[in-house]
Amino acid sequence: MSWFRKPKQKLSGGERRDLPSDVFDKCPRCGEILYRARLEQNMFVCPACAFHNRISAEEYIRLFIDDEYDEHSGDLRSGDPLDFVDLKPYPQRLEAAERKAGGGDAVRAVSGDLDGIPVCLAVMDFEFIGGSMGSVVGEKIARLARHSLAERRPLIIVSASGGARMMEGILSLMQMAKTSVALAQLHEAGIPYISVLTDPTTGGVTASYAMLGDVNIAEPEALIGFAGPRVIEQTIKQELPEGFQRSEFLLEHGMIDFIVDRRELKFEVARVLRHMLGLPAPVEQANGNGAA
Amino acid sequence: MSLQHEDAGYLSRLEDQIRQLRDVAAQHGLDVEDEVRLLEDKAARLREESYHNLSAVERVQMARHPKRPFTLDYIDRAFTDFVELHGDRSFRNDDAIVCGWARIEGRSVMVMGHQKGRDMKENLRRNFGMPHPEGYRKSLRLMQQAEKFGHPIITLIDTPGAYPGLGAEERGQAEAIARNLREMARLRVPVIAVVIGEGGSGGALALGVADRVLMLENSVYSVISPEGCAAILWKTAGAKDKAAEALKLTATDLAALNVIDDIVPEPMGGAHTDWDATAGALRVALLRHLAELDAVSPDERRQQRWRKFEAMGEWVEA
Repeated sequence: MSWFRKPKQKLSGGERRDLPSDVFDKCPRCGEILYRARLEQNMFVCPACAFHNRISAEEYIRLFIDDEYDEHSGDLRSGDPLDFVDLKPYPQRLEAAERKAGGGDAVRAVSGDLDGIPVCLAVMDFEFIGGSMGSVVGEKIARLARHSLAERRPLIIVSASGGARMMEGILSLMQMAKTSVALAQLHEAGIPYISVLTDPTTGGVTASYAMLGDVNIAEPEALIGFAGPRVIEQTIKQELPEGFQRSEFLLEHGMIDFIVDRRELKFEVARVLRHMLGLPAPVEQANGNGAA
Repeated sequence: MSLQHEDAGYLSRLEDQIRQLRDVAAQHGLDVEDEVRLLEDKAARLREESYHNLSAVERVQMARHPKRPFTLDYIDRAFTDFVELHGDRSFRNDDAIVCGWARIEGRSVMVMGHQKGRDMKENLRRNFGMPHPEGYRKSLRLMQQAEKFGHPIITLIDTPGAYPGLGAEERGQAEAIARNLREMARLRVPVIAVVIGEGGSGGALALGVADRVLMLENSVYSVISPEGCAAILWKTAGAKDKAAEALKLTATDLAALNVIDDIVPEPMGGAHTDWDATAGALRVALLRHLAELDAVSPDERRQQRWRKFEAMGEWVEA
C-alpha cells in the first residue's frame, strides 16, 4: 500500500560535515567517520565494518617486519627500452610516478625478521603506474628470490598490480618468465614461498608469481583475476555476477588457501612458516587448541 | 595483402601501364617485349621492397591472415606419425590447444600448439585459438610426459591470448599459465618454441619458456594487442597503427631486444602464399636448433635457459 508509506527523508545539504581531511577519514563502505590515528592503529581496516583500505608498500613492510630491515636493489631505475611514446613519453610517466609513489618503482624488496624468522619480503605498490610489472619489478623480485635461495630464507611477496607495463612491451611480458624461473629454483630447493594477494591483483602478476605460492593468502574482498572485469564483460557481453573475482570467490574455487583479516596477517604467515620450517609453535599456543 | 605505402599506389599504376602497353601493342601488332620486361622487373623490385618494408600493423595483419598455416598444417607438413593426445585429466579437453607425439626426421618429439579455425564452425570448436585453463593444463601434462620419456618438446604459438571468460576465471586461468611458466623452466629435455602467427601475451608465453624461441618472419609477439594498447593508452582504438609501431612486436624488433633467438624466413609474399615452403623452412630451423641443444648436457641446458630469461629487461642502477 504505497500511499501509506512514510516518505523517505532526504538528507539535506546542511547536514554535511566538513571534516579536516588530515585528522578524519570516512569509511568508503559503511560511511563511518574514523579518527585517522585510530584507523592507522587498526592497520587501515575499518573498525566498524572491517573494510580493508589499500595501504602503501611501506605500511606492509612495517606490518610484517619486526623492527629493522635491509632494502634490496633500491637503486634500480627503469630504462626506456622501446623509446615508448603514447600521449606522453614513458620517462615523463615514470617521473610523475616517482613524485607520487617514491623511487622504488612498483615494488619494494627487503629482508628482515618476521616474528623472529629471517625472511625476504617484496611488496608491490599500486600507486606506481597501477603496480604494473616492468623490467625493474621483475628484476627486483628475481634478485630477492635469488637472495632467498642463497640465504635459505623464506620469500613472501605481497601483490597489488594491474598487470604488465605496456610501455615496456614484450620486455614486461618476459618478466613473468623471469620471476617464474627464479621461483622454480626456490621450489626445487624446498624454500617456502608465501604469496599474499591484496586488492587488486590482476593480469601478468596473477598469471605468474602471485598464483605460485606454496600457500596463497588473500585479504578479504580483494579483486583477484587474470582478465580485468571490464575485458570479461566486453567479451561475454553480459554483466558479471556479484562477488565475481573477489577473494571469497577464489577461495570457493580452490585458487587460494585462506582469507585473512589484515590485523591477523602477520600472525597467520608466521604460523604457516613455522610449520614449513619445522619450528615450534608460538609459546602461548603450544598447549592450546590453536585459538588465538 | 594491403600495402599502405606510397609505393603501393605507384606499383598499381605501373601494373596498369604494363597492361595497357600490352593491349595497345597487341592491337597494332607491335613488338614491345623489351620495354615490357624492363617495366615488369621494376614492378617486381617494388613488390619485393614493399614486402620487406611492411609496417608493424601490416605485419599484424599478416600474422592474423586467415589463410596463414596453423599448427595442424605445420604438423602435417614438417612432422610425421602424429598421434594426438587429449584432455587435462581434471575437467575436459580444450581444442584451442592440440598436443601429441610426432616425429621429425624419424625422431620422436612432443609437439603442441594453439589451434585456430578457418570457418565459424571450426572457430567455435577451437575458440579462435584462445585456450581455457584446461588447454594449458593439458599442455603441461604432456610436456611432463615428454620429460618422463626423455624426448624434446616443440611448441607452436598462435593465439590472440588466453580466453577472458567466466569459466576460465573460475577454473584458474592465471594459475594455469603461472604453473606452465614455472614448470617449463624446470624441464630437462630440450624445448623449442616457435611463434607461427600471433603471440598474444600471457596466453602465448604459457607455451614459450623455452631453450630456443623462434619467430616466423611475419609473426608478431606482444604483451597486448595493438587495439587493446591503443584503447588504454591513446584512449581510442583508432590509434592501433601507432600502438603497433610503439610496441615493437615484429620478429626483427624482438631479435634486437634479445627476446628471441632466431627468425624463420617465409616465402616472398608471406607464409600463406606457400604452406609447403614455410613448413620446410620451419623443419630446417627446428632440426638445426635441436642438434645444437643436443650437444649440451641437460643440466647445462637448463642453466642456459634460466640465464637467458634472467637477462631479459632493461634497467639502470641509479
